[in-house]
Amino acid sequence: MRGDPVPEKPGAQRGQDGGGSAPGSIGSWLRAHPPPGPFRPDFWRSPLRGPWLTSVFGLVLLAGIPIIAITGLLSYAAYNPWLPGNDTTPERGLLGFYFFDWPTWPAWLYRVMQGAHVILGLTLIPVLLAKLWSVIPKLFTWPPARSVADAIERASLLLLVGGAVFEFATGVLNIQLFYTVFPFSFYPAHLYGAWIFIAAFAVHVAVKLPRMVRALRSRSLRGELRTGLDGTRPEPPDPGGLVATRPAEPSVSRRGLLGFVGGGSLLIFGLSVGQTLDGPLRRTALLSPHGRVYGPGPNDFQVNKSAAAMGVDPAGAGPGWRLELAGTHLTRLSRADLLALPLYTYALPIACVEGWSTQQTWTGVRLADLARLAGMVPGLAEVYVESLERGGAFSEASLSARQVADPRSLLALRVNGADLSFDHGYPARIIVPNAPGVHNTKWVRRLSFRPPTG
Amino acid sequence: MASRVRTLRRWLAGRYGADPLHLLVLLACFTLAGYAASRVVLAGVWVGFVVWFVGAAVIHDLLLYPLYTVADIAVQWRPWRRPRPPAEAAHRASWINYVRVPVGLSALLLLIWFPLVFRLSERTYRASVALDTTPYLGRWLLVTGVLFAGSALAYAIRLRRQRAARERTRRASRPGNPPKIGH
Repeated sequence: MRGDPVPEKPGAQRGQDGGGSAPGSIGSWLRAHPPPGPFRPDFWRSPLRGPWLTSVFGLVLLAGIPIIAITGLLSYAAYNPWLPGNDTTPERGLLGFYFFDWPTWPAWLYRVMQGAHVILGLTLIPVLLAKLWSVIPKLFTWPPARSVADAIERASLLLLVGGAVFEFATGVLNIQLFYTVFPFSFYPAHLYGAWIFIAAFAVHVAVKLPRMVRALRSRSLRGELRTGLDGTRPEPPDPGGLVATRPAEPSVSRRGLLGFVGGGSLLIFGLSVGQTLDGPLRRTALLSPHGRVYGPGPNDFQVNKSAAAMGVDPAGAGPGWRLELAGTHLTRLSRADLLALPLYTYALPIACVEGWSTQQTWTGVRLADLARLAGMVPGLAEVYVESLERGGAFSEASLSARQVADPRSLLALRVNGADLSFDHGYPARIIVPNAPGVHNTKWVRRLSFRPPTG
Repeated sequence: MASRVRTLRRWLAGRYGADPLHLLVLLACFTLAGYAASRVVLAGVWVGFVVWFVGAAVIHDLLLYPLYTVADIAVQWRPWRRPRPPAEAAHRASWINYVRVPVGLSALLLLIWFPLVFRLSERTYRASVALDTTPYLGRWLLVTGVLFAGSALAYAIRLRRQRAARERTRRASRPGNPPKIGH
């Protein structure tokens, strides 16, 4: 396996003879006269670059990126975008082909899914950077394309690299609420960017997989992990041109480089995973936007959208507040009326699309009981929830009939034994198991029950 | 018939530069990507989207990559230093990674969390979290400090071990024999 690999497809040897330009033609002249600098093969000196190293990083990304993609696409489905008012990307067309009635069980699914999406994404950043570092000489190959096939494949690489950096960058900036730099709304940009990236990623895997497998077999990982700096030699010359033609003395072993990249991943993971956990480990989230500690009180857990910022008028949420309950008839309930109804207590997570989550113990009235009060039958009624907040992106949301019917779906009045704080949605907020955090509407003003859509 | 298909396929491969299947797979890719792009147009955000999409690749390939490569070369570039014999040049590699690792990891954290560290999203952050971003600069500096301290400690331990190993070889070797350089 260590010798020159035999290309499996005609396309694999285009490095040598693709394009079919005769001696004396423009093509051969171009090939013989690369511009100076990075276009000359001897510009690239790293003794570590080579198909094996690139394939190791590629393998890690091949395992991780599908998980990020699937959790991301499922997160869109979790919004139940087919319900009125829930779709943040209504122009999606065929890209919503996989939607289904999002379940309320298991309650922790969305928490785990979005935690994995965000934390795994962060963790893979060093691997992505290392992968891009390992193949950067290919950006400057000369001539730019040796055949039509080569030109088309390189165009798809712009989608791959642009898509990867775009998706990771928009995600990283969004979880830090750095919206001012976006010339677009995050939801459509991140979703459609993801589909472009997924398309390019799938093709890249299909085209490169045989070469990756061959390269991985060319050296043993265990052997590399036992080789220090003294034994580090460049990989044998490859037709793809990753191995340096004039390698410098190595200053780090392959083991060292893999350790550096893995260490970077571990560091990012360790400093951010705490925002998905409860208990003392939450304090480890030193570098993550939503792993904050508020204090020891019953309402001291992660806030998302403060009452003041959402323009909620404290007067409107005071003693004069009434819950409007619309169904076959209109009912108005004060907070005392609600507290007099049968109350139920469940420990349920609140999990955000931004990856953070926390489990708290909520007490409130079942949405199913409120549906009955409005003259509807649970299981045959969905609900449109409106908030006191002004102009927020999620001041209104629909919950499906399945979500309304789940006995753990509450209009919560209390949390951890105390009244809800104003920032957590006083006088009343929605809690639905396994729903995205933004659908757990705070400061609820009106619940409109109606027969199921579609 | 089968042989004619094979001939056609080989002819196509010669003109195109790869197996026709390669073209088919790539066309599928561009179709899906193109459809997603048409949704971006419908969403009315295509200008910003294209700028960011192409900008992402350009910023990585032509800014971030050259920046960290040049930084790495600059750290090791010491024009005033006399050329050293190969044995000592090999020894030189030992210190650079004790600088590279903490600087690299600290820079990586900054690359990801710079909006929090430099308080660039203060207004939206406060609106969402109801707290400010003051602690993040200190936290990043703390992690950076721990990384450098850990690296310095590891380097000190390594130097000590090397010295001890050299002592041992010197003592073990008979007078007249040149001492071996330990690793």
